[in-house]
Amino acid sequence: MKKASFVAVATAATFMAGAATAGTLDDVKAKGFIQCGITTGLAGFAAPNDKGVWEGFDVDFCRAMSAAVFGDPNKLKYTPTTAKERFTALQSGEIDVLARNTTWTFSRDVNLGFEFVGVNYYDGQGFMVKKSLGVKSAKELDGARVCLQSGTTTELNLADYFAAQGMKYDSVLFDTADEVREAYIKDTCDVYTTDQSGLYAQRSVIADPENHVVLPEIISKEPLGPLVRHGDNNWGDIARWTLNALIIAEELGVTQANVDEMKNSKNPSVQRLLGTSGDLGKQLGLDAAWAYNAIKGVGNYGEVFAKHLGEGTSLNISRGLNELWSKGGILYAPPAR
Amino acid sequence: MAIVKTERHPELPPPASQTGVVGWLRENLFSNWLSTFLTVISIYVVWQAMSTLINYAIIDATFVGTTREDCTGAGACWVFIKARFGQNMYGFYPEAERWRINVGYVLGAIGLFLVLSDYIKNKKWPAIYLFVIYPVVCYFLFYGGFGLEKVETSQWGGLFLTLVLASVSIFVALPLGIVLALGRRSDMPVVRMVCVGFIELIRGVPLITVLFMASVMLPLFLPEGQNFDKLVRALVGMSLFSAAYMAEVVRGGLQAIPKGQMEAAKSLGLGYWQSMGLIILPQALKISIPSIVNTFIGLFKDTTLVLIIGLLDLLSVIKAGTTDKNWLGMATEGYLFVAAVFWVFCFGMSRYSIWLENKLHTGHKR
Repeated sequence: MKKASFVAVATAATFMAGAATAGTLDDVKAKGFIQCGITTGLAGFAAPNDKGVWEGFDVDFCRAMSAAVFGDPNKLKYTPTTAKERFTALQSGEIDVLARNTTWTFSRDVNLGFEFVGVNYYDGQGFMVKKSLGVKSAKELDGARVCLQSGTTTELNLADYFAAQGMKYDSVLFDTADEVREAYIKDTCDVYTTDQSGLYAQRSVIADPENHVVLPEIISKEPLGPLVRHGDNNWGDIARWTLNALIIAEELGVTQANVDEMKNSKNPSVQRLLGTSGDLGKQLGLDAAWAYNAIKGVGNYGEVFAKHLGEGTSLNISRGLNELWSKGGILYAPPAR
Repeated sequence: MAIVKTERHPELPPPASQTGVVGWLRENLFSNWLSTFLTVISIYVVWQAMSTLINYAIIDATFVGTTREDCTGAGACWVFIKARFGQNMYGFYPEAERWRINVGYVLGAIGLFLVLSDYIKNKKWPAIYLFVIYPVVCYFLFYGGFGLEKVETSQWGGLFLTLVLASVSIFVALPLGIVLALGRRSDMPVVRMVCVGFIELIRGVPLITVLFMASVMLPLFLPEGQNFDKLVRALVGMSLFSAAYMAEVVRGGLQAIPKGQMEAAKSLGLGYWQSMGLIILPQALKISIPSIVNTFIGLFKDTTLVLIIGLLDLLSVIKAGTTDKNWLGMATEGYLFVAAVFWVFCFGMSRYSIWLENKLHTGHKR
């Protein structure tokens, strides 16, 4: 799923080394909006609704940033980017931040000259099978026929995993996700593999989603997160702490609905977060109410997740790894103090 | 006694089995056993395919409603197209400003009618209107200016964007292609080499690569913050690409004109541009009409490739729509709709070209 034209971008990075300008915050304030790079459409993460407004999990990260900077979650312009051109768009300054389910990898972070500001969704390659097979674990998939999309890292991960487990498989390759799904439904193969978020999205489209099960194993690490250009640490800090603020808000029980009451809270952590004490906002170069505005604008991490991806939406993704560390997940934000 | 019929027997019509529908069927579909067999098989296959499609697209389909939940039938869910119709047609163009696009369509339709139809013989003013005034008006109408709110090209989309891409590329490609074709046949070595180089370079590269270069590589060579508009980059790429193809089409037409025509023009005392404009090009373009329209149709369909640089034309805006979590799984309906829209436009172009060929045929046609 994570195709990237590394050659083009690596060449580009060589040209661009050191060319990033400082002062994105000032530029953004001067033009009055944040230019946010998103996908051209991925269920739950970014998609236009009937009114033509972009909605989704990644979109809400940008809206939170806009709220933190301007006090208004809608001072945004979106640039839909494809997997191939997303990095150039960020490098060339066409966009200020890229929130486009992008996997945080070494080469992207170091070689391409980006700064990943955190992980907003822990994804990973998983397997979906029909319930009727009675398979409970990926370790029982020896000899299975596996449907997948060609030309992605999915293929490599699959080969590695089966080799490591000493199991055999037949892969059936298709060009698009829709074709893979149709083949899987028509029993061309027993197993459908792609990133877990994708599996959930595909399952919601199948006529009988209750008869399909996503296996618990995750065979690859795909930490998805927003990123900014190297060289402007202040802007990176704003992006990083906007994301952290949403996670901390969930830990502290601050929600979109109760954020106004919480301003009167006696809890010093809440006070610091919402700017009623301390000067965290000032240190970022923002208003004292930056985090208050972000939470007021989009809600805390849990609310954003529930709204776009969680149980009750058509995607029906369980929190899993993306649960707070205190509740069995690995979501852990450093303290805001 | 002899019986002699003195008057002529009246002429009878041919037997019923030879004329009309029956005659045509016998002649074309059932003339022998093999024909009959193939006809029956074909009818069966067409019937199978069509009945499935008609069942899916019309009989079992849902037309009424506003959300996915209204689609309970087994067939297509046209509610998806209906609910997002504005988006499919205009992309993210603000709803309050969409009248501007409609005005642009009407003005364009008037211009096209005046230039293309047969009712007005003197095409000078219609041509000036369509090729000089209309693009300027459209620029301000669509982009903003003169008191109209500015609408950035990133908000353009849907069928509107497809039409902008196709018509700008066509308007640029034809004249530029003619110039390149003439340049390639020129006696001046520099001009000829430049034209040959341009044509061969562009034709040797797939359109997707041209677009990709324009979108991904170009920004990296510009100073930071200096950005060409993404749409402009795509337009330049597509126009140059189709101009190179157009040049070869026109060159084919030029080569079909006998040398004597040029010599005759010269002997009348006409200069190069006069002979080209009055004698050679009218004939060359006339015989290239099928290929020119062919290139236009190809170009119109190639506009969907802007998907890879993140411009949301008709196809990609519908693809984006199918990822809205309230409309997951509507890909079939979306693609059918896109196919139908593209077919209407391409078929229209093809019919016009046939009409034009018939109008202009002056004895060469067999």
